[in-house]
Amino acid sequence: MTDSTAPDPADTRAAAQDTALAIAANPPRRALGLHRELTKVWANDRGWWGQVTAVNHTTLGLRFMGTALVFFLIGGVLSMLIRAQLATHDGAFLDTELYNQIFTMHGSIMMFLFAIPMLEGLAIYLLPKLLGTRDMAFPRLTALGYWCYLFGGLIMLTALLFGVAPRDGWFMYTPLSSAAHSPGINADVWLLGVTFVEISALAAATEITVTILRQRAPGMKLTEMPLFAWYILGTSVMMLVGFPPLILASVLLEVERAFDWPFFDVARGGDPLLWQHLFWLFGHPEVYIIFLPAAGVLSTLIPVLCRTQILGYGAIVASILALVFLSFGLWVHHMFTVGIPHMALAFFSAASLAVAVPTVVQVFAWIGTMWQGRPELKLPMYYILGFFLTFVMGGLTGVMLAVVPFNWQAHDTAFVTAHLHYVLIGGFVFPMLAAAAWWMPQITGRERVRGLGEAAFWVILIGFHGTFFIMHLTGLLGMPRRIDVYTENPEWVWLNLTSSIFGFVMTIGFGLFVLDMALQAFLGQRVRRDPWRAPTLDWAMPLPAPAYTFASIPAPRHLGLDARAALLPLARGEGLLPGAPRGRREFLVTSLAGARPDHVAILPGNTALPLALSATIGGFVLLMLAGLYPLTLLPLLGVAVLVWVWGRGMVRPVADAPIAVAPGWDLPEQGLRRRTLGWSGSVCLLVANGTLFASLVFGVGFLAVVAPGWPGPEAQAGRAALPGVLLAALMPALGALAVRRAEAAQRQGRDGWRATRLATGLGVLVNALALGALAWLAAGHMDDPTGHARDALRGVLAGYVALHVVIAAGLAGFALDQFRRGEITPRHAGVLPTWRLWQDYAAVTAPIAAVLAAGMGMGG
Amino acid sequence: MPAAGVKRFAARATGALTLPPVLAGCDAPLSTLAPAGPVAREIAWLWWAMLGGAAVLTLLVLVLLAMAFGPPRKVAARRWTHGLGLGLSLPVLAVTLAAGLWVGERILPRDDGALEIEVHAVQWSWAFTAPGPDGPVTTRDRLILPAGAPVDLIITSGDVIHSFWVPKLGGKMDAIPGRANRLRLQADAPGTLAGQCAEFCGLGHAVMRFEVEVVDPADWENALRAAADDGDAADD
Repeated sequence: MTDSTAPDPADTRAAAQDTALAIAANPPRRALGLHRELTKVWANDRGWWGQVTAVNHTTLGLRFMGTALVFFLIGGVLSMLIRAQLATHDGAFLDTELYNQIFTMHGSIMMFLFAIPMLEGLAIYLLPKLLGTRDMAFPRLTALGYWCYLFGGLIMLTALLFGVAPRDGWFMYTPLSSAAHSPGINADVWLLGVTFVEISALAAATEITVTILRQRAPGMKLTEMPLFAWYILGTSVMMLVGFPPLILASVLLEVERAFDWPFFDVARGGDPLLWQHLFWLFGHPEVYIIFLPAAGVLSTLIPVLCRTQILGYGAIVASILALVFLSFGLWVHHMFTVGIPHMALAFFSAASLAVAVPTVVQVFAWIGTMWQGRPELKLPMYYILGFFLTFVMGGLTGVMLAVVPFNWQAHDTAFVTAHLHYVLIGGFVFPMLAAAAWWMPQITGRERVRGLGEAAFWVILIGFHGTFFIMHLTGLLGMPRRIDVYTENPEWVWLNLTSSIFGFVMTIGFGLFVLDMALQAFLGQRVRRDPWRAPTLDWAMPLPAPAYTFASIPAPRHLGLDARAALLPLARGEGLLPGAPRGRREFLVTSLAGARPDHVAILPGNTALPLALSATIGGFVLLMLAGLYPLTLLPLLGVAVLVWVWGRGMVRPVADAPIAVAPGWDLPEQGLRRRTLGWSGSVCLLVANGTLFASLVFGVGFLAVVAPGWPGPEAQAGRAALPGVLLAALMPALGALAVRRAEAAQRQGRDGWRATRLATGLGVLVNALALGALAWLAAGHMDDPTGHARDALRGVLAGYVALHVVIAAGLAGFALDQFRRGEITPRHAGVLPTWRLWQDYAAVTAPIAAVLAAGMGMGG
Repeated sequence: MPAAGVKRFAARATGALTLPPVLAGCDAPLSTLAPAGPVAREIAWLWWAMLGGAAVLTLLVLVLLAMAFGPPRKVAARRWTHGLGLGLSLPVLAVTLAAGLWVGERILPRDDGALEIEVHAVQWSWAFTAPGPDGPVTTRDRLILPAGAPVDLIITSGDVIHSFWVPKLGGKMDAIPGRANRLRLQADAPGTLAGQCAEFCGLGHAVMRFEVEVVDPADWENALRAAADDGDAADD
């Protein structure tokens, strides 16, 4: 049907055409036969080794959520220690050092090891089922993310067991967290551990974005997809843009601590406020990263529980987009007391208030939906009501905190602690508890045991408000955050004691909740299919969900029905691409806006490679913690080798025959397409990478303009360094020309064959030349980076360019290898399009880095 | 001493009976709700107003939620998303923003030659340097202010980030290495107030406190001199 050599169809054109996307049904087959055929291909390997090699989204989504739950319980135990300490005014329970480690770990665990992985797990578990596909775009990446999360989390927990956990508060303000004031490895554990964990956030964000944009069931237009997918798309885009500033800040601070390069040290041209800007540039979007998936759950559950349709789909989508956009413009509201001029604060105050608007729109859309329907008071609805009560109050105190003068009083007090728990527990935990009650039947295939869930809800709700409501007052009566004793303030005793008592009540509630889940999993009765009578595809499958999710991919006629109506036809293979006749994991890739079938993607199967790669990265982290810096080159080399092996795993044997996915619909395999899922994944990674680079540019500008101590001392390296700088700046552009020449020649086929190989070889060469130039600069033509922030920043810019020419050279080398193996043909572009992306990125960033590095010297 | 303990408990219990504990607490030494100066008073006023508004809005949402539990109704989507979503939130937020900016502008330092006192924070103590009659006088953990006059505090740090905060007088201001931040405060009447570090600054954070002695303006120089003679003055 589609000419496989033609360029990809333009999405807009496709969207216009496919108002009537007619796809005929495949002939029905025996459901059980299909089930066996698919399970053989998609199931995990047997035994414990099968858990090591698993890449399946259902397995890993559940594992993410289960691990996050364990970390939630650990974080909860830590909070109980805090509450025990604060129950009396002289807190003779923990010493200050340990107390500081405990509150730092409580915050860090709840943010980085509970909330983010929990929402990632939910998205990974649910999205393929909701969108009508069989797995996430990059299953091995899912597994890599999980192992990085687990190992990073374990490193942080181990540090706590040995009493060397981070102790500078979960936002790690410099210079308290710098080497001079935090000797020991405590701060390094945070910087390295959290960054290690954030690999999983970037991995998840990348594959979530690609999955939502390119794997929706045929005919599921972007503008009609389930709202949950919109929310998660907003979340993943925010993660791609929000995490890089934190990663950059962590890398800079770790480099400062390990190698004494001054980025935050005022005496040498650094500025502690740079840390705060970068941290909150991540930290505020983070709040919405956590809230959006929870809101997605609400938008999914409320209409079904009220037996109606969601009110104002368009308004909600607009609200999501507004939230994504606005949340990046208000990070300064965490910094109202650092001495920024009042008019600048007014701008951020206005932005902080404006961000309330899209949230209010959603709240009223949900309440309106409830008016329109007939709300049923089932267990998820209890938690939804708990959400409304709690989140509305948290939102209102958030509005108060956005008011600058009030913020000056309330900032850094128990009032803020109360506010953030109202927002995070109200806005995230309650919806997640609703989600658990909602999807547990799907996960376990069992019904819940009646009664206990409702009891757990009431105990949690009463415990929560008892703990945190009066904490607002505690803050207004002057109690700062993060103190361990308050001997001189007996008036805070009854407030704190009340909070502590109810805190333990809340803990009992969560205990009941976990017990309820365990009872359901082990003692519940088998649940019938589609127990909620939901309209979404996640229920159009047997329970518990099979490894392959759908025996055939849903066609347009299966969308928007009751899940029940679509269930049987899909199980019988009447949808697209039924079964696994070629013995491979396959699903459909569809067009961006209109979800028109485009090609068939083939996934790699079970493998231990993700574990090996994350263990190697873990080795790097441990060597950094041990201070054995030269030895870190070994794991870095290992990472390079494993990434190469990883790439080889994406290569499929050359195949030209189209695959019949439905009567009259023959689609090419991924190898015949230039814009594969892998290519889209690279685009996502480059968006994140570009944000990291933009944050670095911001850092350069901020230090050069705002920091005291500029311009720095006279630079030693002058014009003599120019040849090296020019070479490093311009060679990547030559590489960009080379990749274009290689692509053009590849398309021409046999005639241009020599030219293709020549251009690719040239690509390797020019990138190697750039790397050589950078090495030459580093070996004596740059100023000592420990002297001044300017020279440290130049070092970072050079390192950034070096990393990218290495990547570009590696991709060019990969292409050469593919030529040798005959994997690049006139119809198969192989790695060339991906190389072109990264080469172009290097070609753009290298000159910018060079200009910045030179420009910083102008003042001095 | 058990007897004293019982007495204290009895006193506290009767206090708790006669006065709701909430109100009793409001007058505490670090309370933002018992202002002892114009800045804190303006902010406290802002708080009570916002609390009232927030209570009304919470009640509104809860009533709307309760009303949802009934037979299905025909509803106009726009009335909810636009009418309530935008129509209610935008005016409320605009008024809140305006009030915040208005108060914020009123309490800013002005260039009016007010008395300047240097505040230098180090782990974990405060040094206050005031221009005394016989040259600068430095006091440690004790800030001496004249009543009824605006004072600008020039806040610096010698090591990590701290935050200067006298809740009864006004908002906090961070002490950041490499920067000098300015905060204007004014105390109504002579008396003793309390201040503390509000930004987590390591092991001694909880005990990094100071005393604020507000004196009659006529006595201010004497008080400074006395503080210097007291040996209260810092060695540096």
